[in-house]
This record gives sequence, structure tokens and C-alpha cells, in this order.
Amino acid sequence: MAEPVANAAAPAPAPGRLRNAFGGVLCAFTLILIGVLAFSIRLFSVIKYESVIHEFDPYFNFRVTQFLSKNGIYEFWNWFDDRTWYPLGRVIGGTVYPGLTLTAGSIWWFVNALNIPLSVETVCVFTAPIFSAIASWATYLLTKEAKGTGAGLMAAAILAMVPSYISRSVAGSYDNEAVAIFALVFTFYLYVKTLNTGSLFYATLNALSYFYMVCSWGGYTFIINLIPMHVLLCIVTGRYSSRLYIAYAPLVILGTLLAALVPVVGFNAVLTSEHFASFLVFIILHVVAFVYYIKGLLTPRLFKMAMTLVITVGLAVCFAVVAILVALVASSPTKGWSGRSLSLLDPTYASKYIPIIASVSEHQPPTWPSYFMDINVLAFLVPAGIISCFLPLSDASSFMVLYLVTAVYFSGVMVRLMLVLAPAACILSGIALSSAFDVLTRSMKFQLSKLFDDGPAISGNGSPNGSSASTVNTSSSKNEKTEKSEAAPKEKQSKKNRRKDKEVTESVSVKPKKEKRLSVLPLEASIVSTLLLIALGGFYVVHCVWAAAEAYSAPSIVLTSRSREGLHVFDDFREAYAWLSHNTDVDDKVASWWDYGYQTTAMANRTVIVDNNTWNNTHIATVGTAMSSPEKAAWEIFDSLDVKYVLVVFGGLVGYPSDDINKFLWMVRIGGGEFPHIKEPDYLRDGQYRVDAQATPTMLNCLMYKLCYYRFVETDGKGFDRVRGYEIGKKHFKLTHFEEVFTTHHWMVRIYKLKPQKNRIRGKLKKLKSQSSKTSSTLAAGRKKNPWQ
Amino acid sequence: IQSLTKAYAATPTNLKIIDLYVVFAVATALVQVVYMGIVGSFPFNSFLSGVLSCIGTAVLGVCLRIQVNKDNKEFKDLPPERAFADFVLCNLVLHLVIMNFLG
Repeated sequence: MAEPVANAAAPAPAPGRLRNAFGGVLCAFTLILIGVLAFSIRLFSVIKYESVIHEFDPYFNFRVTQFLSKNGIYEFWNWFDDRTWYPLGRVIGGTVYPGLTLTAGSIWWFVNALNIPLSVETVCVFTAPIFSAIASWATYLLTKEAKGTGAGLMAAAILAMVPSYISRSVAGSYDNEAVAIFALVFTFYLYVKTLNTGSLFYATLNALSYFYMVCSWGGYTFIINLIPMHVLLCIVTGRYSSRLYIAYAPLVILGTLLAALVPVVGFNAVLTSEHFASFLVFIILHVVAFVYYIKGLLTPRLFKMAMTLVITVGLAVCFAVVAILVALVASSPTKGWSGRSLSLLDPTYASKYIPIIASVSEHQPPTWPSYFMDINVLAFLVPAGIISCFLPLSDASSFMVLYLVTAVYFSGVMVRLMLVLAPAACILSGIALSSAFDVLTRSMKFQLSKLFDDGPAISGNGSPNGSSASTVNTSSSKNEKTEKSEAAPKEKQSKKNRRKDKEVTESVSVKPKKEKRLSVLPLEASIVSTLLLIALGGFYVVHCVWAAAEAYSAPSIVLTSRSREGLHVFDDFREAYAWLSHNTDVDDKVASWWDYGYQTTAMANRTVIVDNNTWNNTHIATVGTAMSSPEKAAWEIFDSLDVKYVLVVFGGLVGYPSDDINKFLWMVRIGGGEFPHIKEPDYLRDGQYRVDAQATPTMLNCLMYKLCYYRFVETDGKGFDRVRGYEIGKKHFKLTHFEEVFTTHHWMVRIYKLKPQKNRIRGKLKKLKSQSSKTSSTLAAGRKKNPWQ
Repeated sequence: IQSLTKAYAATPTNLKIIDLYVVFAVATALVQVVYMGIVGSFPFNSFLSGVLSCIGTAVLGVCLRIQVNKDNKEFKDLPPERAFADFVLCNLVLHLVIMNFLG
């Protein structure tokens, strides 16, 4: 609905300030509507379920925000969290990206200061939709800088609805990307604005916005590498200007300093390879600027002499510096890149060296259908947008194209980076659609005016957005045909061309040669095309709303399923965490796979061994080894970590597919990566992973199998696992070192307690270890045997 | 080289002052790097903030020069007061950050 309105809203420079003002008001009104749309499309989960925080990572952010709101910012900077990664703890102040929590914390503080009593949870749940509305306004600003107001409104409307962005910013998904995408687009907008105006004021704002981006998300390295690439592209294609210098140089210096201020980044801002590109281009830019300056001073002949002299000296120096740099960088094992960045550049790196990064499902390469699911119609409009960007090629539009190309590459490596592709795709589609509508409406106006014989007056009012030499592929091919077939309007057309020449050259800088090919389509073709494009937009909207409602609004913590009796709700996770928080001591340690760590700390308020911030591979491998070992060895590992309770997630009774048995092979791989006595082939029969009667004895004896399937046969007499689809192998067994303390209603979460060791050990010469297993606060000082060291 | 110096002498005085300021800032940065080479790089954040502040003021000086230079076609209608105000603002932000980082 916004499309034809947007074109009328594009303010025409010449006729009438009233029309200008009307266009401005309409533009503002449309933007408000787009903001409301962006906010409301993300509210499906609140309506369908409740206002609850989704998934795993947001629970950690929520807990941090709670701490911030209770204890204030100084405590937050210095917070050392001892309720996670027991016994190591975690320095929250130095390892978390504070942007999101500080933003939500300040919103909460501000709202409460106005005496509106919103709880921290409500603020956290609704932060993402609010920032997505602001992000679509930022997209409008960015596209307006690149192409014009019409394209801006279109791009903003598309971004408000694109499923890829919705998936990470529904109400309840309180994660870094919620504010980071806004920061990303806003930083790009300020960069392009500085490039277009050359004002140092915007350069300062750009640096500050970049600081906000560094605070919010690890993806800031994308900005600090894309902008240097663009600067290099501008230099190489001869578009250097002093505005480029003003846009880039202060950003590098201020940006590096500001990035170093954030504790997570710290000195990495100058030491890691991810930032080297910016420094390199900084130096190159200075060299180029200096060369241009000298060129301006000297005569051409002297300049040539100076150039040859400088080049020979300069090349020698350059080689020396580069050699030193390469030697420095190559001496560190990963050549200065972090694991995640390396896995972006070389997609096979993670699977070879770091199983943890490879195991996260978000880090897998996307499949083709996921592109269509996530950006839908935009996948077709983007190539048209690229061509439209070349049409007049400005710094800003070359930046868009570069952004899109790099985003497409990175999204092809990791699914979660589809999110970075989303704004680029939206902007380019907005440009494409806006140019298409330009051509079509202009054709319609022209043809209608011909029909009513109004002549030259109306045709001069064609859209002033300047892309009059249209390039949408279909229309240009039709254009050839129509120009040949219609002989009569040819004369009128050339007259109008000349008038259009005068109009356009005084308003927008388009090459006059292209004016002769003013593409005017026959009336029927343009009407049909407009209707088809609107229908395309309609399909897009329908798909987005469906995706938001069905696919992306599920809070993973509450599951539902439809059956004949109606809607069935599985609230097992919260049941288990509530049981833990009410029936265990405050200091008890709970061991589970790292997926559930954040939720356990946030909701059950118990200390966990490993959680979703997978920074210590060895610790996770210890837990993985324990889950893969037989009962006695596992008991000893857990006992050395002071664990009292073990939590497993089991979906076999209800058919919940992401349970621990399906994740078990990753536990084996990660454990085997650190402790070589765990070998993956031991758990596979003929290379296949099975838990039925054909499974290997190692598999049937490991702790994970036993904890998941203990007493499972009592449910239906045969032990039929609904997820795997067959009966389990070992059905009747007893647990010797663990006892079951709680199983939720649908058997989805099962909690076991470590049995205390017996007082007397029969027949073996071991020291009595009677008191050590009763309490949970003793340290594992070398009194116990460590079978894995 | 002679023609270079001759051509350079033709630039107006206020631009030469800015150039002098830039050269001074870069020289200070070099002195700091040499000092770090001698004494060692602890504490690294002070060294970093010192060097970057020098380079930062140099860069901002160059930006000011670009904007004030009358020969520069792109900045013809930018009043020099506005350029200087931007320069001061940017310097303020830079020094605020430096002070914070100096430690």
C-alpha cells in the first residue's frame, strides 16, 4: 500500500512549495505507519503464548539486565559471576557486549523514573520490536542518501517485514542482534552522509555510532572491514575526493580508540588481524591524499619526475614493512584471527579444528530454501537493484553494492549471518522497486496524457528522481519493440525528450546522452506491470506475516502441539527449573549440556558447570566426556566438579526432536577432541548412530543413554522412542551411582542426583573417603583419582 | 624538489599554520613511539591513547585544512567558522575518549 503513495510523496523540486510540504507530511506519516507495522508484526508470540523471554541466550542477557537494574552500573562493570562455569567463574564485565543490557537498563530506569511501573522483564521483551521500528527508520535514511525518498520509504517498509530480521527480533528474543542491526544501519547511514556532505560533524557522529555498534555485537568487525574495502574501491576506481578522507580517517582513529574502550574488545582493537585492514587502508589513503596534494602543487612534468623517484624509494620501504608485518602475524598460531572469523573465511576450518563452533546449528551454511524463506521476494529484486545502483554510480550506491556482495558471501557461510544480508537486500529491493514504479507511473502518465491530448505539460512532470534512463530489464526490451512499432508518437516523443533534457539537466546530474532513450511503455503494459508488482508486494506481505506468526514466534521454552483435544502445551522446562529452585540448596551445582546453562542460571538460580558462552572448550569437553562414560567414571568426574544434580533433556516420550540423545554425538566429538580415550567410532554401529538393540555396548552403557532411558520401558511396556522411531536397546537396568529425583510431566527434563559414596568399600585397599561426598562445597584438591589426567 | 618548495611557499599563511600543527602532532607521535621502544610498552593503554591522540589531532588538522582551503572546489560554500566549529567538536570528543582511556 505504501508503494504508489511513496511515489506521490517524493517531493518534486520545481512545482510548488505546497506540494513539497504535503509530500513531507505524507512521508512522515508513512514512516510512522512503517514503525507501527514493524512493532506489531513482532508481537505474535506475546499474543499466542505470553510475554516471556525466548530461547537460551536471551535468558543470560535478561539475568545481566536484572543485575544491572538492581545493583547499578559500577557493580555491573566489576561483576564476577561465580554461579556459572563452576569452578572457574566468569568475568561478566569483561566478556559481555554491554550495549544491549545498558540500553534496556537505561530504558527501564527512564521509564521507572517517570513513574510508569514496567518490570525489567517487560522492558526486555519489548526492546527488540522498538528497536526494529527505529531500524526501519534508519534504513529509510540510508536509502534516501543513496537514491531518494521514494526508494527510502520502500526499503523501510520492506525491512519492517523481512522474515530474516523478524526471526531475531520478535518480542521476547532479547538478544544482541536486536539493537545491533539498528546500530549497523545507522552507522552506515552516517558514513554515507559524511561521504556525501564532507562534514566533520557527521564524521564525529559516525564514530560515536560505531562505538555503539562495538558495544552491541561481535559483528562490528564487519563494519570495520567493509568501510575500508569501500574506501579502497573508491580510490581504485578513481573516485577519490577529499570528502573520502574526511569520512574515513577520523573514523579510523576515533573508532579504534572507542573500540578499545569497550572491555570485551580492549587491545584486540589494534592487535588482531580483524582490524588490520582498517589500518592498512588508512595508510594507503594518506599516501593517495599526499600524492593528489603534490599533484596539485607541481606542474605535470615535474610531477612525473617526482613520482618515479618516490615510487622506487616507496616500494622498497613498503616491501620491508610488509615483510616485517607478515613475519609478526605469521608467528602466532592462528595468524591473529579469532576462531569465529577464521571459520567465516574458510568454511571448513571449524569442522576440522573446533568442533564446538561447528556444532552450533546456527553456524551451518544455509540451504537454498532458507534464502527464499528468509528474504522471499527480495531474492529476485536484488539483481534489479544492483543494476539500478549503477545507473548513476555514486559513492553511496557503490557502497550499497559492495555491502550486498560481501553480505551474500558471508550469509552463504553461516545461516545466522542471513541477518546481515537482510538490510542490504531490503535496501536494494527498495531501490529496484522504486525505479520500476518510476518508469511505470511515468509511462502511464505519459500515455494517459496522450490519450487526453494534454501534450507537453504533463510529461514534464515526470518523476524527478532522476533515474529516467530506465534499466529494469523487462522494460528496456519492451522499449525497443514499442519504439519500432509506434511511428506516430515518435515526433512528439523527441520533442518531449528535448524538454525533458532541459528539465533534468538542471535538476539532477544524469548524462544527457541517455535522455534520447526515454523509455515509455504502452499503457496496457505499464498498467499490467504495476498491478503485477503490487501483487508481488502482496505475496511478500502475506509470506512475512505467515513466517512471523508460524515459524519464528515460538519461545523455545514453551512448546505446543495440536491434537484432537485441542492445543496441548508442554511447559516442562519451566517445571523442571522451578523444581530445582524450590527443592535444592542454593549452593548446589547442576551439570547439564551447555545448551541449558543460561536458562538454568536465570530461572532455577543454581550454579552450573558449563553454559552457552562456550569460551572454555576443555571444561565443556569434561562434561561431554562424563556424559559419554560409563556410570562409575562419570560419577567420579562429576564428583570432582562438586556436582550434585545432573539434568538431561529427553524427547522420546512426546517426540521432541532436539533432545540430548540427538545431540549426543557432538558430546562425544567435543569430549574426544580433548580426551583421546573417547572415540567416536565406539558409539557407532557400522558408521550409523543407533540406540536400539543393534547399538554398540559403549553406547548402551554410557551415562547419557542410562539417564535418558531409565525406567522408560515402564511408560508403554516396550520402550518405543518416538523421536528415533524404534524400540530402545537396553530396557531394564538399574542405576548404581545416580538416583532419579525428578522427571517432568512429559518426561522431557529428567533430574538425577549423585549418590553419596558408600562408607565402606569392600575388598579393596582404598583410603576411606567418607566425608568428601556429602557436602557440595569441598574442593577437588588432589584427594581423588582423576582417571582422565 | 626546488619547484616543490617554491610551489609550497605560495600557499596562504593560515594553511601553513595548520600544516605546522599537523607536522608537530606527527612528530610528537614519533617521539612517543621511540620512547615506547626504549622503555617498553607497559602500560599499553597509555601508550596507545597517547599515540592515537597525536595521530588523531593530526588527522583532524588535515580535515580542517581540507575544509578551509579556498582552492578546494567541493567546499566552496562551507563557511570557515563552521569548519572550525566542527574541528573543535571533533577534538573535544577525541580528547574525552583519550582521557578516559589514558588510565
